[in-house]
Amino acid sequence: MIKTKVAGLSAVAGLMLGVAVGSVAQAGAGDTLAAVKARGELLCGVHPARHGFAAPDSQGKWSGFEVDFCRAIAAAVFGDASKVRFVALSSQQRFPAIQSGEVDVLARNVTATLSRDTALGLNFAPPIFYTGTGFLVRKADGIAKVSDLDGAVICMAPGSTTERNVAQIFAAAGMTYTPVVIENNKQLVDAYVTGRCDALTKDKAALPGVAAFDTENPADHMLLPGIYSKEPLAMAVRQGDDPWYDLVKWVTYATFNAEELGVTQANVDEMKASADPDIQALLGVIGDNGTKLGVDNAWVYNIVKQVGNYEDIYMRHFGPETPVALDRDQNTLWSEGGLLYGFPMQ
Amino acid sequence: MIDTNQDRSGKRSARSLTDILYSESFRTLIYQVALAVGVALLGLYLYQNVIENLSRQNIATGFGFLDQVSQFEIGETLINYSSRDTYGRALMVGLMNTLTVSAAGIAVATVIGFSIGIARVSNNWLLQRIAIAYVEIVRNIPVILQVIFWGAVIRNLPAPRQAVELWGLGFLSNRGLTFALPATDPAHVWMFAALIAGIVLAIVACHMAKRHREATGRYIDMLWPCVALVFGPPAMVWLGFGAPHDISFPERQGFNFVGGATISPEFVALMAGIALYSSGFIAEIVRAGIQATPRGQIEAARSIALRPRFVMRYVVLPQALRVIVPPLTSQYVSLVKNSSIAVVIGYPDLVNIGNTVMNQTGQAVEAIAVMMMVYLIISIVTSLLMNFYNRLVAIKER
Repeated sequence: MIKTKVAGLSAVAGLMLGVAVGSVAQAGAGDTLAAVKARGELLCGVHPARHGFAAPDSQGKWSGFEVDFCRAIAAAVFGDASKVRFVALSSQQRFPAIQSGEVDVLARNVTATLSRDTALGLNFAPPIFYTGTGFLVRKADGIAKVSDLDGAVICMAPGSTTERNVAQIFAAAGMTYTPVVIENNKQLVDAYVTGRCDALTKDKAALPGVAAFDTENPADHMLLPGIYSKEPLAMAVRQGDDPWYDLVKWVTYATFNAEELGVTQANVDEMKASADPDIQALLGVIGDNGTKLGVDNAWVYNIVKQVGNYEDIYMRHFGPETPVALDRDQNTLWSEGGLLYGFPMQ
Repeated sequence: MIDTNQDRSGKRSARSLTDILYSESFRTLIYQVALAVGVALLGLYLYQNVIENLSRQNIATGFGFLDQVSQFEIGETLINYSSRDTYGRALMVGLMNTLTVSAAGIAVATVIGFSIGIARVSNNWLLQRIAIAYVEIVRNIPVILQVIFWGAVIRNLPAPRQAVELWGLGFLSNRGLTFALPATDPAHVWMFAALIAGIVLAIVACHMAKRHREATGRYIDMLWPCVALVFGPPAMVWLGFGAPHDISFPERQGFNFVGGATISPEFVALMAGIALYSSGFIAEIVRAGIQATPRGQIEAARSIALRPRFVMRYVVLPQALRVIVPPLTSQYVSLVKNSSIAVVIGYPDLVNIGNTVMNQTGQAVEAIAVMMMVYLIISIVTSLLMNFYNRLVAIKER
């Protein structure tokens, strides 16, 4: 009995010593691209249920705008858009998940802000969706504009930029409100639907999904006009891994540039034969853009063929035929007066 | 096991080095030192790992964020707070809310638990069965479901415009219970001070009566004198201030009610959920305590013609409390910890606000550390208070 005790104890002590003396374990540092390739799939952090952006369908297959951007990265890295594992993250879990290396990239309705860029140790790719704080209210309450909300009870999710924006909007207007802050999305929406709150506030782009899917009669609810804050939603990666940051950044630009050059999911095969050098470079017919990024030269071809350009992705999830139809507003190309400006790919 | 510590030769001075090495006390010491060193090394390793990884990822560390401006509002605050205050103050608001809901929960759970526990050993068949059914229902449904259940029940009350009016004194709606309250008056502070003084006086008086009884054997009924001592001084202060009797009635205005006081739906749902859940366990603890009192004691007390309430007070309770108090302590501690379920329904407790702070600053490790420390301190203080009470009620062996 004593012998086993001694043996067991020394084993435990040895283990601890070995661990302590050995190098400090590394959490997701180093070469993310190589790690993703070695793993054979991309780990992408997404919203658990935000209709239009990311939500599993009835078959459990993920679908949504941000989900497709994850697939675009997988298409660039593997030439196969299906090689993604989606990790559903609450607004609390999302930053620790990317920081600790639990996911390779965060495409989860993250607003790019200065403190997230710095104090959270993140890097933001170019925004893929521009929106702002919106308010969903019941038509029967006779609220027509935000200034009618003085004294209202407002439901919101914790830790979101929305929480701060609402505080600023109301303080600036000299109005008061009572926040009810609920983490669980189902409970949050339920609190609004049952009338605990006078208004539900989220990113404006997320609210039509709530009205369409969670309320009994979507026609009884309306979005208040106006956008009250800047919410550039962007994909985020860990700071300190530039090659991986570059890849995510250029995947984003590639979807913009493909739309600008008229390369769509439908015509990408014909476009490959185009004489336009810009299109040739984009699709990897000439040049070595892919090699510079550490992926196959046909990376943009794979993205557009398997996922689509920006317009394809947008229309698939927010087009007029979808349940959460949203006008493109600022989310159009710079050449059409929007904010999407892909850097030149040369 | 052979006791190797025994000095078989009988000469202490002759112990050699091997004797010491093989002695049980020495080996026990070695094990303990090895374990302590191991645990310390593991802790050091984890700490260094966190610090190194955070700094490599350029993530801010340290507790400096507590002094930064929070920029978010909180729904229910007991102390003055606005979005221009610091994160530290926001967490303080959360702590106050946690303490409030826990204290209310403990009070409610104790009252219901003792009532049900006594009903559980009652001779009334119906009462006893109802108590059994209650206990089995509340303690066998996960507490989180109970909190969500009460939240859903309250949310489905009528909207403020159709609020249920309560005899002109208040309203019940899905915005909570709004009720009339005496309008704020300077007299209230003095009345509160007088109440405290009255309680102290009552305790002293009861103690003196007890001394008198122990010295002379003559019993003085102190119930009504003590009631008068507790409530008399505040009443006199109230009269002295000219009996201010303005009452602030709630009125519908805009979206909600103005005036009076409001208990929020989140508070009620959370408090009801955690208190009812704990009351089931407390009822069983009380039942066990009462049944642990030997029957003969009760019969003996009756046979010397003690009045029933004295049988309970001087014979059953002192012995039952000895059994009840220690497990009651852990129920209280677990109730306080259960209050962190608040996040689910949106009551702004410490964890709910901690989550927001964590998300805005990104300093998860520090924010969680603050929350853990606070819960640890609350739990330890609760235990210490209950241990102190336990020593008071424990049977003194003379």
